[in-house]
Amino acid sequence: MPLVLSIFLWLLPIVTALLFVGRVWWTPDLASIHGRSIDDQLALALIVAGTIFVLAHFALGYFIWRYRASGSERALYWREHPKLEAAWTIATAILFIGLGIEGNRVWAGYARESMPSDVVRIEVTAQQFAWNFRYPGPDGRFGRTDPRLIDDSLGNYIGIDPDDSAGEDDIVTQNLAAVPVNRAVEVTLRAKDVTHSFFVPQFRVKQDAVPGLSIPVHFTAKAAGEYEVACAELCGMQHHKMRGRLQVMSEAEFQSWLRSRAAL
Amino acid sequence: MSGFLRRYLFSTDHKVVGIQYLLLSLAAVLVGIALSIIMRIRLAWPQEKWPILERLMPAAFAGGPMTPEFYLSMMTMHGTIMIFFVLSTAPLSGFGNYFLPIQIGARDMAFPVLNMLSFWITLLAFGVMMAALFATGGAPIAGWTSYPPLSALGEIAGPGLGLGQGLWIVSIAIFCVGSLFTSLNFLTTTLNLRARGMSLLWMPLTVWAWFTTAILALLAFPVLLAAGLLLLLDRIGGTSYFLPAGLIVSDQLIPNQGGSPLLWQHLFWFFGHPEVYIAILPGMGITSHIVSTFSRKPVFAYKAMVAAFFAIGFISYIVWGHHMFISGMSPYAGIAFSISTMAVAVPSAVKTFNWLATMWRGQIRLATPMLYSIGFVSFFVSGGVTGVMLAMPSVDIFLHDTYFVVAHFHIIMGVAAIFAVFAGTHFWFPKMFGRMMSESLGKVHFWLTLAGVYAIFMPMHFLGISGGLRRYAEFTEFAFLRPLQPLHVFISIAAFVTAAAQIIFLFNCFWSIRNGRRAGVNPWEATSLEWTIPSPPPHDNFAGVEPVVHRGPYDYSVPGASRDYLMQTEGGPE
Amino acid sequence: MNRVIFRTRVQAFAVPLIAVVLAGCGGSEPAKKTEEAPAAGAATWKPAGNEGAVTGKVNFQGQPPKLKPLLMEADPACAKKHSTPVYPEAVVKNSNGTLRNVFVHVKSGLEGKTFAVPEEPVTLDQVGCVYKPHVLGIQAKQKLKIVSSDDTAHNIHPLPRENREWNVSQAAGAGPIEQSFNRPEVSIPVKCNQHAWMRAYIHVLDHPFYAVTGDEGSFEIKGLPPGKYEIEAVHEQYGAMTQTVEVAANQTAATEFTYKAKQAYVPGSFRTAPALVIGCCSSK
Repeated sequence: MPLVLSIFLWLLPIVTALLFVGRVWWTPDLASIHGRSIDDQLALALIVAGTIFVLAHFALGYFIWRYRASGSERALYWREHPKLEAAWTIATAILFIGLGIEGNRVWAGYARESMPSDVVRIEVTAQQFAWNFRYPGPDGRFGRTDPRLIDDSLGNYIGIDPDDSAGEDDIVTQNLAAVPVNRAVEVTLRAKDVTHSFFVPQFRVKQDAVPGLSIPVHFTAKAAGEYEVACAELCGMQHHKMRGRLQVMSEAEFQSWLRSRAAL
Repeated sequence: MSGFLRRYLFSTDHKVVGIQYLLLSLAAVLVGIALSIIMRIRLAWPQEKWPILERLMPAAFAGGPMTPEFYLSMMTMHGTIMIFFVLSTAPLSGFGNYFLPIQIGARDMAFPVLNMLSFWITLLAFGVMMAALFATGGAPIAGWTSYPPLSALGEIAGPGLGLGQGLWIVSIAIFCVGSLFTSLNFLTTTLNLRARGMSLLWMPLTVWAWFTTAILALLAFPVLLAAGLLLLLDRIGGTSYFLPAGLIVSDQLIPNQGGSPLLWQHLFWFFGHPEVYIAILPGMGITSHIVSTFSRKPVFAYKAMVAAFFAIGFISYIVWGHHMFISGMSPYAGIAFSISTMAVAVPSAVKTFNWLATMWRGQIRLATPMLYSIGFVSFFVSGGVTGVMLAMPSVDIFLHDTYFVVAHFHIIMGVAAIFAVFAGTHFWFPKMFGRMMSESLGKVHFWLTLAGVYAIFMPMHFLGISGGLRRYAEFTEFAFLRPLQPLHVFISIAAFVTAAAQIIFLFNCFWSIRNGRRAGVNPWEATSLEWTIPSPPPHDNFAGVEPVVHRGPYDYSVPGASRDYLMQTEGGPE
Repeated sequence: MNRVIFRTRVQAFAVPLIAVVLAGCGGSEPAKKTEEAPAAGAATWKPAGNEGAVTGKVNFQGQPPKLKPLLMEADPACAKKHSTPVYPEAVVKNSNGTLRNVFVHVKSGLEGKTFAVPEEPVTLDQVGCVYKPHVLGIQAKQKLKIVSSDDTAHNIHPLPRENREWNVSQAAGAGPIEQSFNRPEVSIPVKCNQHAWMRAYIHVLDHPFYAVTGDEGSFEIKGLPPGKYEIEAVHEQYGAMTQTVEVAANQTAATEFTYKAKQAYVPGSFRTAPALVIGCCSSK
């Protein structure tokens, strides 16, 4: 029994590590620029975690077999070793706190990044169960909105005030958005009814959209294509079906897309 | 009142109350497992129709496959029942009630009537939760975390959010009250009723675990109670603690204004993080106790273990924001919470080192309780390291609300803590019932469950890394999720097999009560006070003779002693 | 412990505990002002052979508001069912100057009579992510049969004020869902939360005398017993108006309604939230 258990405890980390190292199931292909640092952090975290996992299980498996009860031998009456305890406590603290500090470097950098002047601004208003995207149009200003003007059956999903001239050229789409490649995009997240969360896996972007708050996220897409936007905060019965399509295209295509949407 | 009712139903004897709590947890875990089976059926085969299930629960199917709202209600109730009525009940109020007084040499808890009441209040909470499960309109669908506005808006935001959600809140509030009574009892008993010679630093680590857990519960549950009352007021009292202005739900303008959904998250997780330590700390105590007993060695670094309990307990109060990195909370708060979360991992790691050091150069007896405790160490490491990963906010951006988190908390709570319950059951069964559980059935159950739960939860890490989102009723809508379906099928099948294997444990428990080998006073050759009294113990535990304690709880393999263990009551120098 | 003290203490706690439990009980129905539909046991009305009818049309004067096409792109499974832009059906003026989708019913004049609930269900279909019909009438306790002709999942979510609210998913290819409404209630909006533009209106009556104007803008309500009636026309944006008619035996009475475009156009007419949980407090 001790041998079988030890073998299991050794096989477990080996098999697991192989599956991780082999990247059998892995993160979706990266399509944003800042996502690289997030992937690096994930790799670092996995290496640290994986090493602890493997070492601890090797030790556990080894001890079970090596120190199995045999005859009338006595165990070692060993109750403490302050220097050893201090050493591993301090080493662990340095490792974990160091990992924490490193993990925050990227996080803080992302949060504090300032947007260039040609940033594309999009306002996303999440609702049960769709993503409403709004572009400010040629005047670069978002029109005033009022929840009392919202009427989904008429297509006024976010309640744009018809009396505000800034809103006349606003472009509103649902579940469909376009952004130019290699240009910074800042999305302001809002929510109409309950908390949702804007998640684009290939961009490594995820941020809750909270009613009552306007929360910015940003990214720069680096590869053209169509990407999916999924909701990552339980929002009701169709939470699994809030699917937006985010198309990344060249600058020229983006401008013509904006023009064609404005004509609608 | 008739003898049966006094002795078995409304007893104030802490041993009866402990068993009542354990039976309540057993009923709850069976419900929780059934709910998870239903969940896994839908996740693996989301578009299948199930005629047998449809006949039992027609509203859940509406003429087609299982509806997503039904899935979400199963998920909500699964999490709620498991966390509150299993993990916050069996380790603390179950085993703690039975063995805390005995292990410190007391006749009973400090407040026996309060103790009995705390059970009945908890049972009432469970009854109300069952009512929520079967409520008109369905059980709630807002998850065990019940975030507003979704949980505050009523039926208009989704089915089950009317009556079902309301009953859910009431049940949780009642549960909080029961827990508070339990905490008061544990703390008072531990501080005031220790036998002569039982100094604090000679108490078994199980007692320290229950003690610190009770402190956590005392400070955390009132916050949940308050939050629940505020949510109830938002729902029926026209207040706006959590509802901001301008909400349009299903085309209806909600008149509330001035509240913040984030306030709920702060309050809830201020409770919620200590709560998960409430679930695991008793298990750590049990593991220390059992690893020491079955390695025939003292617990390595007993004082550090005690300090670690307090460090974990204290730090657990300042980490709650790690559930909220991307909630809209200030990113600078995120930095602070990330560092504190890394800090709480340090005493947990120290405990793991100490368990390994306890086993090093021991004489390890692989009896069933030890097998489960070894399982605990394995799962604690596996689940703990992913926690360290998630504490990095940049990593959490991608992994938040994915199956990576689901894997993390299930391995720690749903497996490690449960393995400690298995270990405690096998270890203390002889004392409680005077009979041994079957070792062979125990070993079969151990192996099936060990392999089974790794088969269930290891693949979930990959689901998460691939972006697989949690609380999704199906993965069919998104191109990046569809390729993950085979993993879901594998997980579901592993879950069915593992769930079926639990029948072996149940059978072992109930069969052994009548047919197990008769147990003596100290079948494991252990040292703590419960092993000095008959199996099962008399009503006042020590038969009127207060024990006198002469040594610490883990004097195994003392050099020069004739036996490889010395009971705490045995005299002489250490 | 002394038995008497023990029993007293248990009772002292038991009473408030039981009270708490009982307080939690109570119907799931919100407190209601209107009566329920009459029980089936009351004597139901039978035709006497001299019934008349009411006919008429609903006019619309002026230009209807210009509505933008719906963004069906939000769900490709919806978009592919339409080759031309789809417009909201909130205000549809027919080519003959009449108004479509007006629900016309007998508002009063049938007091004292109880009408049998028809066996056949009323069907609501979802086609290309649009409800068909846009407006329907149904009797209280009559079955509503909801079918989906689409291969995307919908959810059907009526927003009543007097009836119990329900909200049910219907997967692509799922069978029909049956529901009913217990109480008469006019103008219950029905919404799909998945496809936010979808809107229908269900009007629940306790009698079968209603009609919906179609693309001719006309209505005919047959089988009415002779008497004086108040006929009400209800439009989802322009509100309700009534006319009085006198129906003679075996005669057809005629009446007309006229809505004016320069009437206040109130987008999203139903603004208050239904009462929240456990049968408490009314909404604003």
